[in-house]
Amino acid sequence: MYTPHTQSDIEQMLETVGVPTLEALLRVPDAVALKRRLDLPEALPETLLVERLNAYALQNKALGHTSFLGAGAYRHYCPPVVGSLAMRGEFLTAYTPYQAEVSQGYLQAIYEWQTYVCLLTGLDIANASVYDGATALAEGAIMAVNATGRRAILVSKAVHPNYRAVLRTYAHGMELEVEELPLAADGTTDVAKLDAKLADKRFAAVALQSPNFFGAIDVPGAAARAALASSGTIPIAVVAEAMSLGALAPPAAWGAQIAVGEAQSFGVAVAYGGPYVGFIAAGTEHMRRIPGRLVGRTVDGEGRPAYTLTLQAREQHIRREKATSNICTNQAHCALIATIYLAALGASGLRRCATLNVERAHALAERVARVPGFTRAFSAPSFNEVAIEVPHGMTAGGVLAALQEKRILGGVDLGRWYPEFGRCMLTAATELTTDAEIEQLGRALEAIVAERKEAVRA
Amino acid sequence: MPQPEGLLYSKEHEWAKFDGDVATVGITDYAQNSLGDIVYVELPRVGSAVAQFASIGVVESVKAVSDLFSPVGGEVVEDNATLEADPAAVNRDPYGAGWLYKVKVSDLAQRGLLMSAADYDAMVAATGT
Repeated sequence: MYTPHTQSDIEQMLETVGVPTLEALLRVPDAVALKRRLDLPEALPETLLVERLNAYALQNKALGHTSFLGAGAYRHYCPPVVGSLAMRGEFLTAYTPYQAEVSQGYLQAIYEWQTYVCLLTGLDIANASVYDGATALAEGAIMAVNATGRRAILVSKAVHPNYRAVLRTYAHGMELEVEELPLAADGTTDVAKLDAKLADKRFAAVALQSPNFFGAIDVPGAAARAALASSGTIPIAVVAEAMSLGALAPPAAWGAQIAVGEAQSFGVAVAYGGPYVGFIAAGTEHMRRIPGRLVGRTVDGEGRPAYTLTLQAREQHIRREKATSNICTNQAHCALIATIYLAALGASGLRRCATLNVERAHALAERVARVPGFTRAFSAPSFNEVAIEVPHGMTAGGVLAALQEKRILGGVDLGRWYPEFGRCMLTAATELTTDAEIEQLGRALEAIVAERKEAVRA
Repeated sequence: MPQPEGLLYSKEHEWAKFDGDVATVGITDYAQNSLGDIVYVELPRVGSAVAQFASIGVVESVKAVSDLFSPVGGEVVEDNATLEADPAAVNRDPYGAGWLYKVKVSDLAQRGLLMSAADYDAMVAATGT
């Protein structure tokens, strides 16, 4: 509860510091002082307020649209059990959830979350989560820098552009170099010259995303893996769509030593800017470099299973500025939602859901490819997202705007981040995407092509 | 416990034992005792250059993580790899099996900035602990 100071509190404090009034204490310079009341409407009774806010909400143009948006934030079904458990008061009020004496339930949930992340990535250790996939990548890169003593990071151009931007922000502050690996023609990362690139042993890590930003499954082959191993460069796997882990091999299977990513797909609502769920997992050799909180399982004085934070000696409440990381806040409640979601689906449920995503995306790609002039931009296999090339003479931005007029959010314009792909749009399908929606998109694209022909003729 | 003779000591509770221009480095019995059970030691990389008295690694005990300051400067030529599996050796035998790393010292005049066993004992006694 917020308890404001009483008038007598304020008077006592003013007297103590020897200032007559609050205004005298704050002394806003005359030139900038606002000498009128803020231009806000009068207070409303709750019923009228709800009415007013509903009216605002109805102005949201996204309502009633069919969505094929993805690009790092995915629309998935969340069973009601997730919300009803996650919203229980015992979880919502457990602040701070890290105190072993009072938060065994929450700590157990975080421990289970860490276990799920290990199972999905194939790695040994996971932390209690970080802000989001982008900060997870930056923290993973810092782990690699500390492990190798090298000051440069190589990142694929097929890693989510926002993740790369956050990585660069962190790197700037730490004076690390960031270089990018180019793309191959099939939509994967070009690792053909990785050997030569890594020869001078300058790079602490190579970060590769799969499925990558273009939807392509993008894991290094044997030659690239050998180049990584012989140069002592740490492979970091980036997973922006955690649902893919239900169908694809875990990152550890291709040799990733650190896996980072975004678990919003596991029951967390799509929201502009989050809060989302970043995850970090790593092999035991990196145990002491994982930032943030880790929950461990032990036994209490009477031999009963108990959970507590572990390996905390390097964190900022002890090491201050010398900590492993000074930004280790997670959003425990989002991680809790993801944990309950995974528990509700179970291993077989997650696999079925992930497989459905693959099927839906393939149905989408096939339908769109039947529209004259529309083709898949890349040949590499995909998970639930495909890059579509629009016909010559059109732009992805133009097609998407025309779709929006037909109440369809068709995807994102790749030209926004990759000028060379101004004719490509990134389109996602999930288990929620119906045949009717795919048909709606196909017909809308056909109509756009037809309208354009009309326009050209006229 | 009196310090072994023939070693030189730093204010940060490290010791250095010179053999020609190579110095073996460790932490003192007083340091290991203050830290408590040591669970992890992070040493400078072999081949890296360290400056005298610079922070070059950490010692992690169940209580805290403490910086390791090198009592000598030069090039690290060897580290005690057995500490990875057995960090408690630093507690058991700080002047023997619990040594940390070896440095090819860049300038032997660095010895002048270190203390004798007697001076180090006196410093520890003066801190009253």
